[in-house]
Parts: sequence; structure tokens; C-alpha cells
Amino acid sequence: MEKRVTFKGWLLPICLLLPQVIVTAVFFFYPAGQAVWQSLFIPDPFGLKSQFVGLGNFEFLLGDPYYRAAFTTTAVFSILVTVASLGMALFLAVLADRLIKGSGVYRTLLIWPYAVAPAVAGVLWLFMFNTRVGVVSWYLGILGYDWNHVLNEAEAMGLVVAASSWGRVSYNFLFFLAGLQAIPKSVIEAAAIDGARFWTRFRTIVFPLLSPTTFFLLVVNIVYAFFETFGVIHTITSGGPQQATTILVYKVFADGFVGQDLGSSAAQSVILLVVVGLLTVIQFKFIERRVHY
Amino acid sequence: MKFKSLSLALASTIAFTSTAYAQTEIQWWHAFTGRLGDLLAEQVEQFNTSQDDYTIVASHKGNYSETLNAGIAAFRAGEQPHILMVFEVGTATMMAAGGAIKPVYEVMAEGGAAFDSDGYMGAVKGYYTTTEGDMLSLPYNSSTPVLYVNRNAFADAGLDPDTDLSTWQNVDAALTALKEGGSTCPLTTAWQSWVHLENMSAYHNVPFATKDNGFAGLDTELAFNGPVQVQHVQMMGDWAADGRFIYAGRRNEGGANFRAGECALFTESSAGYAGVKAEAQFDFEIRPLPYWDGVDGAPQNTIIGGSSLWVLSGHESEEYKGVSEFLSFLSTSDIQSKWHQNTGYLPITIAAAEQTKAEGFYDENPGTEIAGMQMTANAPTPNSKGLRLGSFDQIRGIIDEELEAVWAGDKTAQAALDSAVERGNVLLRRFEQANQ
Repeated sequence: MEKRVTFKGWLLPICLLLPQVIVTAVFFFYPAGQAVWQSLFIPDPFGLKSQFVGLGNFEFLLGDPYYRAAFTTTAVFSILVTVASLGMALFLAVLADRLIKGSGVYRTLLIWPYAVAPAVAGVLWLFMFNTRVGVVSWYLGILGYDWNHVLNEAEAMGLVVAASSWGRVSYNFLFFLAGLQAIPKSVIEAAAIDGARFWTRFRTIVFPLLSPTTFFLLVVNIVYAFFETFGVIHTITSGGPQQATTILVYKVFADGFVGQDLGSSAAQSVILLVVVGLLTVIQFKFIERRVHY
Repeated sequence: MKFKSLSLALASTIAFTSTAYAQTEIQWWHAFTGRLGDLLAEQVEQFNTSQDDYTIVASHKGNYSETLNAGIAAFRAGEQPHILMVFEVGTATMMAAGGAIKPVYEVMAEGGAAFDSDGYMGAVKGYYTTTEGDMLSLPYNSSTPVLYVNRNAFADAGLDPDTDLSTWQNVDAALTALKEGGSTCPLTTAWQSWVHLENMSAYHNVPFATKDNGFAGLDTELAFNGPVQVQHVQMMGDWAADGRFIYAGRRNEGGANFRAGECALFTESSAGYAGVKAEAQFDFEIRPLPYWDGVDGAPQNTIIGGSSLWVLSGHESEEYKGVSEFLSFLSTSDIQSKWHQNTGYLPITIAAAEQTKAEGFYDENPGTEIAGMQMTANAPTPNSKGLRLGSFDQIRGIIDEELEAVWAGDKTAQAALDSAVERGNVLLRRFEQANQ
């Protein structure tokens, strides 16, 4: 029983769709098309001359072990960011859902970090963990742990993951909380009367009913980890130490704007576009089937 | 009412802009903030009030990389400024862009302003001059690495602050003694690739890259994995392993550690002088960069870092006349000696160096003459004239990564430098292909 809204004639639907289509065309299709076109050339930075190389840029990239390593780094980074920010948000949302007194204050405070731009979040975390003046690294030093994300690859990765997840927890929290509150209390109460404990209720009722929200957040967070974390990486590690935190989108920047190699940079954007497209298709095809709406 | 005030505002805007346009406007995009930005603004102000024909409009466009990118993007859009500040590693990129630039020697010849290219310091000018001797861009701020010594830290560790630190062998012994004396940071550095590979190579008269470090052609290949460089980096790796060398970051993060009094020795640009002088609560001293005793030809001369001013093509000849007036103004010895004394950057003309000396500045500020002496000690060889390598900003990134592998103990110096050479060569070939 699908609901269908039908329009009389074409003019109104076209007018309603047009703004969205224009915005998408100008801000997505046109630049994406440009990137695909440019990825076939090796231009000089000033655009004075450029040579057609066909798929040469792609061959060059895929033959580069450091580029392939950036794929692994990106996978590790995205999974860690997604799991950390979703897990933390779900935990906090479940707690907030049970809270009766003062929940307004609690929720408001939790939403704050979302207002902080990734680059600013990066600088804040960098200050806390600065190897010389950082508060956290100073306390760690007292405990006998020598924090040095400037040289230690695992610590650098941990730091950028924490900084990237932090602001994201707020966003996910909002959606989880709304999802939890949409679950009818009667269902949970019925299970409680049947003797199901909190964990059983959560596992068999709450989590499955929350799955549309979780699925949506999964897609949104992976896209976030792929693209919007650039500011965090740029301010905290610049992709280092060695190449431990060079994710694909950072490499697009480094090759295009530090190396002025626009051909390679464009080819990387195209690859990134394809990867994220594929991921989304996979998610919709396989994970969505298990989602109960 | 609303319409009236609006039209009034419009009329006044038109009136204002038309008077402003009586002077030819010249755009200058630069990368300076803070104190350097203030000093730059002062130069512009002084030029603007000194004559009525031209107005220089200086705009800050971010850091060095961002300023270069802003200039490139503007050129592609046909909105380029007249003068663009480009850091020294962007030199090859600018030189390869023949159609986008107007060489300074040409601008000066056409503009007719006073300009004598022989008056510029050879070691500074060489970086921005063709092999035929034509100056392509005007050196603006140039510095060279020197050794900063925290004398109190030496005394605290029970060492004589006057210890001879002219060679790395002596530094090695001093670092060991400092560490044993309880120092938590015997040595730190800024700009590791620039100081410990680029200058290191020039100072010991060994090539950093083939084809005269890239001056003689785009088909240059990196060559900094030779025995002298490997020996130096391996030694630093050994120091890093037991805390005699503390690595703080790729840029000048180490400066904070030194200025706070934590570190005993610090290799940094001579332009770091103003900052150290302003903040250091201890007795400090500037010494020449150490060299390896026993390497043939060392110490040769060190090379510069900093930026130069490039004139971009596509403007009116009247505007270029203004540009030539301004560049000539910047080269005067009053401007240059003031800049040199205030910042620690080198004076770009010989006259400015002599004026500074005559004013007694070096006697009052011992150590500030060392950078100039170190650069001009010997006539530059093909190995010590400078570097002209494409994609060099990114190659420095690769060098940083590989050096970090040495400091972390993951790679030997030889393995790391071999890998950096191999990876950097790939970028050089890409650059060659893009600019053939």
C-alpha cells in the first residue's frame, strides 16, 4: 500500500525540482565532470600547457605503493572513527534516554561539540596532547608514559581518530536519542514484565528497532571520515609521522596544492568518488536488507 | 529617505574610487603576519607616501604554500597580482612557468628605475638568477641556518659555555656531556630537511641533486644519499635514540622548546634571532653551523631559505613601471639594513651589509653577522649555489617522512635516504613531464 502523490501536468513538479537539480548540477556534476576531464591530462600549474595522457595518471597512482598504503590507512581510520563515534553516541543516548531529571541540560551540553569546526577541534586536541605544553601529555608523563605523537605512528592515529570522533558524537547522539524516544514504551514494558533484563531488552528490541537510524548514521559517518576529517589531519599531523595518518583525501590535497600536480590530484578525486560511491551501494544493497523500518 | 541615502553612499563611493584611481594601483600578495607583516606594511607605507604616482596594495594570502596557490589560481582566472611572494622552494615552479612571469631584469630594464644587479649579494642572488646571470625574481627575505646556544644550559650541565662547537665531532662530545649532566634536551632543530640535508650538502660541497642541483636542467635527479649525508643523518639518528637529539616537528616547533630554555642547542634559521631575543630568559649566543671535520672542502658556504618577489605577466606597462620603482625602493640600503637588523634576515645588497656594519649594529648584537659571513665565506660552487627542483615543497614532505623513520628508529639513515631519493625522483619526473 504505497502512498502516491500525483500532480496534474508537468509544470509544477518541474518547478519544484528545478532548484535542487540546478544546485546539484552546478556544485556537483560540473566540478565532478571537470575532475574526470582533468584526470586525463598532466597540466602545468599555471594552466599554460597540458598534455593528454589518457589513463596515465591512474596507472601512475596505482603503481605507487604509498598511494596503495593510503587506502589501508583510510580504511583503518574510517572504521575507527565510525565505530568510536557511533558507539560512544549510542552509549550516551541510552543513558540520556533513561534520565528523567536534568536531561535537558545533559543533552544540550552533549550537543555543543558539534558546533566546533573540524580544524578548530584539531587545534584543541593538539593543545591537550602537545608533547611539550599539552595538559594530557603532561599528566601522562607523571604516570610514566612518554606521549609522543610526533614520532609514534599509533599515537598519532589514535589522536586524529579521537579528535575526529569527538565532534561527531554529538551529531550521532541527537539521532540516536530521537530514535530511542520513538520506540514505543509499551513494547519495552511488555518485555520487562516478561522478565527480560536491560541487556536482553536492548539486544532483542531496542537495537533492532533503532536499526534505520544506525544505518543512516553509518553511511553519513563513513562519508564524514572520508572527507570532512581533512581539517583535523591537517592541523594535528599533516599526514605524519611518516605516512601514518595520510588518508586519501589528505593526499588529494598534498599532491594538488603542495605538489601542484593537478593531474594526479584530479585522478585521485575520481578514484575517491568511485570508492565512496561503491561503499554506499554496498551498504544499501547488503546492510539495508537487515534493517527493519 | 532610504533611496536618498543609498544614492548618496553610491555617489560618495564613486567619488572616492575615482580619486584613488588617479594613482596606479599595484597589487602585492604576500605571506607575512605578525611582526614581519607589520614591518612589511611599514615598507609599503613608506613607499606610498614617498611618491604620488603609484599605490602599493599589500594583501596577506596565508602561509607560503597558500600564497603560491592563491597566485596560481588567480593567474588561471586572469586576476593575478603584479607582485607575488614565493618561497625559495617554489622557485623551480615559477621558473618553469615562462609565460606567467615577467623576469625582474626585464621589468627593471623597461621601467628604467635604478638597478644594479652586481650590487646584490652573490650567494643570495644566485638562487634566483639564470645561468646566464639574469635575475628572474627579487630576493626579499633570505636567511641561512645557524647554531643557537643556550649558555645557561651548558653551565647547568657542568660544561664550559665557550666549548668549541665548530665541528659536529665536538658537538657530539658536547651532547653526550650535556645528557650526562642532566639535560633533557641537548639538541633540537627546526626545518630538518633545510638544515640537515640541503644546507648540510652545500656546506660540505657535495651535491644534493645532479645537474648542479637542478640549475642545469629539468632532468635532474636527487643525490642526497651520499656518504656525507648518510653519516650525518645516522649520527642524528643515534642521538635521537638515546635522547641527545629531541625531534619536535617538521617546521619550527622546536623553537618553543629552545626559547623556553629547555634545550641547550638549536639549529634554526638566522631569522629566528628576533624571536629568541624577545623571549629567551637566559644567556644565548649564535655560532656558525657546525661541519664535519675531515670532509674535503668543508666548510664551503650555506645556502638561503626565505622568499623572493616574482612579477607576474599580463599587466600594463605603466603598472610595470611602478613595480620597477617599488623593487628599486626595496633594494635601497636604508630599507635593507633596517630589515636585516630588525628581523635577522640577510641584507640582500652589499651596501646594506656595509651600512649595518658602519652603524655598529654587529658590535652591539654579537652573532648577527655570522649568517652573512657563513654565506659569503667562499665563492659558491655548483653544489652550494642553491637548489632548483620541481615539486620541491612535496619532496621536502617526503624527506620529512623518511627522516622521521630514522628518528623513530624504524630505518637506518642509508635506507631512509635511499627511499627518499627514489620517491623524490618520481616527483621530479612528473614535474619534468608537466613542463617539457
